[in-house]
Amino acid sequence: MLFWQILIDGFAISSLYALGATGFTLIFGVSGVLNLSHGALMVAAAVAAWVAGSLGAGSYLGAFFGVFVAFLLALATYFLIVRPLQRSGKIREEEKEIFILTATLLWGIMIQEAVAYLYTNNAKTVLPIVEGVVRIAGVRTPANEIFTAIVCWLAIGALWLIVNRTRAGKAVLAASMNPRGVTLLGVELSSVYIAVWAIYGVLAGIAGVLLGMFLGVSSYSAGPLTASAFSIVVLGGLGSVSGSLIAAYVVGYLETLTAYLASPAYRTIPALLLLVAVMYVRPRGLLGRR
Amino acid sequence: MVGRILSSPLLWISLIVVIAASTLPLYVSGYILGLLTIAYYFGVFSMAWDLLFGFANEVNFGPTFLIGLGAYTAGILDNLYQPPIWLCVIAGTLAAVIGGVVLALPALRLRGPYFGLTTLVAVLMLQNFIVVAASLTGGEIGLTVPDVISVDDRINYWIALGFMSLSGAVLYALSRSPIGLILQASGQDSVQAAALGFNVVKHKLVAFIVSAFFSGLAGALMVFYLGVASVGTFVDVTVGVQVIIGAVLGGRRTILGAVLGAVFLIAMGEALRPLGDLSTFIVSAIALVVVLLFPGGFLGMIARAREAT
Repeated sequence: MLFWQILIDGFAISSLYALGATGFTLIFGVSGVLNLSHGALMVAAAVAAWVAGSLGAGSYLGAFFGVFVAFLLALATYFLIVRPLQRSGKIREEEKEIFILTATLLWGIMIQEAVAYLYTNNAKTVLPIVEGVVRIAGVRTPANEIFTAIVCWLAIGALWLIVNRTRAGKAVLAASMNPRGVTLLGVELSSVYIAVWAIYGVLAGIAGVLLGMFLGVSSYSAGPLTASAFSIVVLGGLGSVSGSLIAAYVVGYLETLTAYLASPAYRTIPALLLLVAVMYVRPRGLLGRR
Repeated sequence: MVGRILSSPLLWISLIVVIAASTLPLYVSGYILGLLTIAYYFGVFSMAWDLLFGFANEVNFGPTFLIGLGAYTAGILDNLYQPPIWLCVIAGTLAAVIGGVVLALPALRLRGPYFGLTTLVAVLMLQNFIVVAASLTGGEIGLTVPDVISVDDRINYWIALGFMSLSGAVLYALSRSPIGLILQASGQDSVQAAALGFNVVKHKLVAFIVSAFFSGLAGALMVFYLGVASVGTFVDVTVGVQVIIGAVLGGRRTILGAVLGAVFLIAMGEALRPLGDLSTFIVSAIALVVVLLFPGGFLGMIARAREAT
């Protein structure tokens, strides 16, 4: 009984983590940017869906609006913050990383505070698209939890198709392997970056809206969300999408196991310990390249 | 050497600023003194961070790991056994240095962003430990410390000012010493610095220990000023972010600029307090604009203005 419950709950949470971390790691793989406004973006998407829902837009339209807001914010992050810093002549190359980290962090705080100011700090639950309860192996499971897992995997599958089967996607993949080579082949690198940020916005938006339906979010969730995406991506290997997927399940199940068997208060500790161990033994993560 | 130091305008400017600041208690309310006291401790945090980032080019996302170790060790010791305060402060500083070495020894062998990631994880671990070991640390509510250095605003202010000036002088001197130059060289090109015969890891370790020493000492002193240690004031990642923003705002690789940045952050946060949630928004926005348009920070702006004339 408990076994099945952990299995099912853990699967839903892990799928959500996987989706959240995929976009994050994609951006790092292609442009070397760690976007610390990630959690704030997810929160903004969920809150936008909640606002649209409370204005009577219905759950589908609300969810779509949330994803759209995340899409716009992701593009804004790229055009207003990341690109000016990448192209800045005043900052030395090796220092750009820390400047982008600091700037995206500040940007994330701004989004978070704007959400808190406009819609308070209270936790908000987005109107779920699917309601009701299903019995799986004797465990009463909210249908929404299953829906979450399915949508996450559909989105990840769609990403896989785009990256491996379309021309634009192949350019993205190539750019993550060798940016210079791609430019030599006549692909405009900046259009690849824009495409990646747009994809990232949609993925983070879907993850945010689903999280809002599943657990509810408040503006306080932004920091922990960024931190969990961060640790999953590091665990899986920076820039490796498949590594992040595996790591998301490891972290998701570790957390669920701890929450059920020990106490919800210890939830994040084993995952952090694992992260430290991996950092010391194999700093490039499970599947990371150098 | 001595002549060069004495003829440096920086020394005289700093001296005048410190003397002017030390007369503030004569005509400023206790409330503002309290704010500045906190700001000075934050200034030390930011300066200690700048030594690592600006010179060794190592991004330490976990300044609060060192600060928190110092603050909590001193606080817990005082809470349990009530030894003299100076003993608690020494213990806190030692704990931060030891914690720093334990963290840095393996972490410094890592390359690129991994060092920063390890330090970030260290903060999250410490935070979790404090919450879990609530009987010892006070958990999320915070730890009340029975002793304080002084109840007088002015004495606390002078202690903080003196401590900050002393730390600033030591850190600045270190950054201009041969050690600082070697650090800078190894930060910019560690392979070449190593090829020149410098032990890169050893120098970075020294920088980390010095940074840990001042962070821990400042943290321990700040506990005995506040009388309370809590995760929200010493350990939380947002506190670390504030330390980092302070250093970047003031101007990286300047040490002294970090103080300006920290004081500015605290002063702005206070001035905008009537706006509620919007105040953090505005402070972050200003910081973002400075980072985007003036990456050299405040001191960088001044230097450029001087070049222009």
